[in-house]
Amino acid sequence: MKVTPNDPGSAAQLNPTLTRPISGSRGILPPRIARKLPPYAFIAPTVILIVVLMIVPILMVITYSVMDNVVVQPSSQFAGLHNYVQVLTDPDFQAALRNTLVFIVASTAIHLVIGLTFAILLNTPMLGAATKAFFRVIYILPWLFTVAVIAVLWRLLLSPYGVANYLLTSLGLVRSGVDWLASPTTALGAVVVINIWAGYPFFMISLLAGLQAVPSELYEAAKVDGASALQRFWNITLPQLRPIIVSMAVLDLIWTSQQFALIWMTTGGGPLNVTEVLSTFTYKQAFSNYEFSTASASAVIVLFLSMILGYFYVRQQRAQD
Amino acid sequence: MMSKDARTMRGARRLLSATATVAAVALAAAGCTGTSGGSSSASGSAGGQVTLQLGQWWEAELPAGSFAGLISQFEAQNPNIKVTLLTSPFATFSQQMVTNAAAGTLPDVVGLSGAWVSDFAKQGAIADLSSLMAADKYDTSQLASQVQISGKTYMIPVVNFVYPLFVNKDLLTKAGVSTVPTTRTEFTAAATAISKLGGNVEGWGLPLDTAVPNAIANDVMSWVWASGGSMLTSSGEPDVTNAQVKSGVEFVKSLYDAKVISPGTLTMKEQDKVEQFTTGQVGMVIDTLAHVTLVRKNNPNLNFTVAPIPAQDGYTGKRGIPYASWGVGISNKSPHKAEALKLVEYLMSANVNAQLSTLAKGFPGNKTAVPDFSKSDPLFKTAFDIYQSGYPANEFVGLPKAEQLERTFEEQLQQTLTGSQSVDQMLTNTQTAWKAIF
Repeated sequence: MKVTPNDPGSAAQLNPTLTRPISGSRGILPPRIARKLPPYAFIAPTVILIVVLMIVPILMVITYSVMDNVVVQPSSQFAGLHNYVQVLTDPDFQAALRNTLVFIVASTAIHLVIGLTFAILLNTPMLGAATKAFFRVIYILPWLFTVAVIAVLWRLLLSPYGVANYLLTSLGLVRSGVDWLASPTTALGAVVVINIWAGYPFFMISLLAGLQAVPSELYEAAKVDGASALQRFWNITLPQLRPIIVSMAVLDLIWTSQQFALIWMTTGGGPLNVTEVLSTFTYKQAFSNYEFSTASASAVIVLFLSMILGYFYVRQQRAQD
Repeated sequence: MMSKDARTMRGARRLLSATATVAAVALAAAGCTGTSGGSSSASGSAGGQVTLQLGQWWEAELPAGSFAGLISQFEAQNPNIKVTLLTSPFATFSQQMVTNAAAGTLPDVVGLSGAWVSDFAKQGAIADLSSLMAADKYDTSQLASQVQISGKTYMIPVVNFVYPLFVNKDLLTKAGVSTVPTTRTEFTAAATAISKLGGNVEGWGLPLDTAVPNAIANDVMSWVWASGGSMLTSSGEPDVTNAQVKSGVEFVKSLYDAKVISPGTLTMKEQDKVEQFTTGQVGMVIDTLAHVTLVRKNNPNLNFTVAPIPAQDGYTGKRGIPYASWGVGISNKSPHKAEALKLVEYLMSANVNAQLSTLAKGFPGNKTAVPDFSKSDPLFKTAFDIYQSGYPANEFVGLPKAEQLERTFEEQLQQTLTGSQSVDQMLTNTQTAWKAIF
């Protein structure tokens, strides 16, 4: 039976699908457009939120980065790449960039090693289920604290008269208390250690899930072939975990490069700028120097570096698929 | 006819589609109004009734309900004005105000710190109070001080918190020092003696954390101001290479080299300094009077007193004492400046100002107001005497990018303390950097 939009009597024969026009017998929109509208309407709230809360601010910051006298002064003017030149030639920015690279590479590498070690420990057949469950809880504890609490705790632990120095001097590893967070030679290492402590559980859990998905037949076959534990780890475990490891590494590099609160609340970027990272540099430019143009330029450079990492992440995910 | 299922399905789809479309339109509308209209303050008025916003961090630091009580009294006296309190802790408040000033959405009456005044005034974010007060025929002679830029007042200090020297009397006695130090030589001797006590106890605490560099005003420049010195020329330009500033910095360096300062200086935060004093790990610190209550609460057995900051040997003039204020200003974009001024005048009136100072344990911004010391710690009376015998000294108030000036000085000082450069080099670098900022 021929069905037309103006023929409600024929509705009984019609299969009500999304290809029906929206508003009853006389559509307010042309049928072709009305058919396509519902999916877009459903995703519209999210898209609008993303545009307003993410795209628009990013575009505003990029605009500010090529202007002078923005935000806090009334007469903005186009400045081209002047702010970028100023930021890239600023020795403080260069130091922040170096420190950020050290911070993210060291954190990510050691996160992987510790995460994998604990994951293997929690997956071993040599321990009972109850023991493993207990230690799973213990090892995941650092993940439960917020950054503010972590900063306060570690400042107390690493204080010149704190627990860390007490243990080290009692064990004879150092002669007298070390200014871990206040000495220019040890401050960066100290914040790296704190960041490692705070972030390894995420790696551990992800790698544990990956380990549990490795088929046991592979290990059995390898054992039959006479492979040692180390050979099994190198030739079976690591290749099987490779996709997870690569994904986690790229994600961690991106997340750690944005770390602000931990550095701010432990060392504030000091002493002598040895723990200054890109995020603290940008913050000081904006809220202390009121130089929103250079702060925006710095932020755009960070965005660009993150996008490079993001590109590798997406490429790696696509390769997996 | 359509089947019942088909009708239900069709109806449900229509409803869902309509809801989705309405939601999308509503969000778009909300997004649009959110990003525009930043030029008007958020206060309102309806048929003669005016609602003012008072943004501050004070309520959080006062006894619960006390500040709201004072504001209720104001509303009772001014039935056509309602006041909405916007309170947040100081650290977040300062960032919010920088953002609000840029967006033109400052509260009608806004709490201010002296370090922000110059930059807010330059942005045109805060109003010229001189002309407002003149129009209202307000008697400005009762104000203890006004923060002015180019002769116009932009901030009025409501309550002043002085930073005297806190001294642990038990540690002094234990170290064999009989009197509280009044000169730099005596201070060095006392700090050395206390440090010699061992057991992780040091003489002085100096928090040079670069995240919040206010130690430069409170703990370093205070030595210069206590001896009547200045870091500015008479016309307000930077002058950090003069003999008095050099002497102050050399004094701090000498204490650092003598190892009488608590370790961890280069990243120590103000709260660490206060904590170390409270637990008896440090014998002497320069700290805000506002912390007396905190110290008493955390360690009721601590036997301590407050004293003027020691001056250069032989100095007999008036001693500057560093201070921080709870200041107040009016948003330039407020549509109710007259009513906002009424609220400011109320906060500065002798009776209310005295009450507020007593509650806050600070000193009144109204010269004629006298805080009630009868129920409070006797140290406040001691500090009030120090305050009245000296003069409030914080040259960073009203300077452009005050926090950045302090941070630049601090970064240079850290290099000098760790031996990377001489004091002269440090002061020359600072002078150059400051001149670029001014």
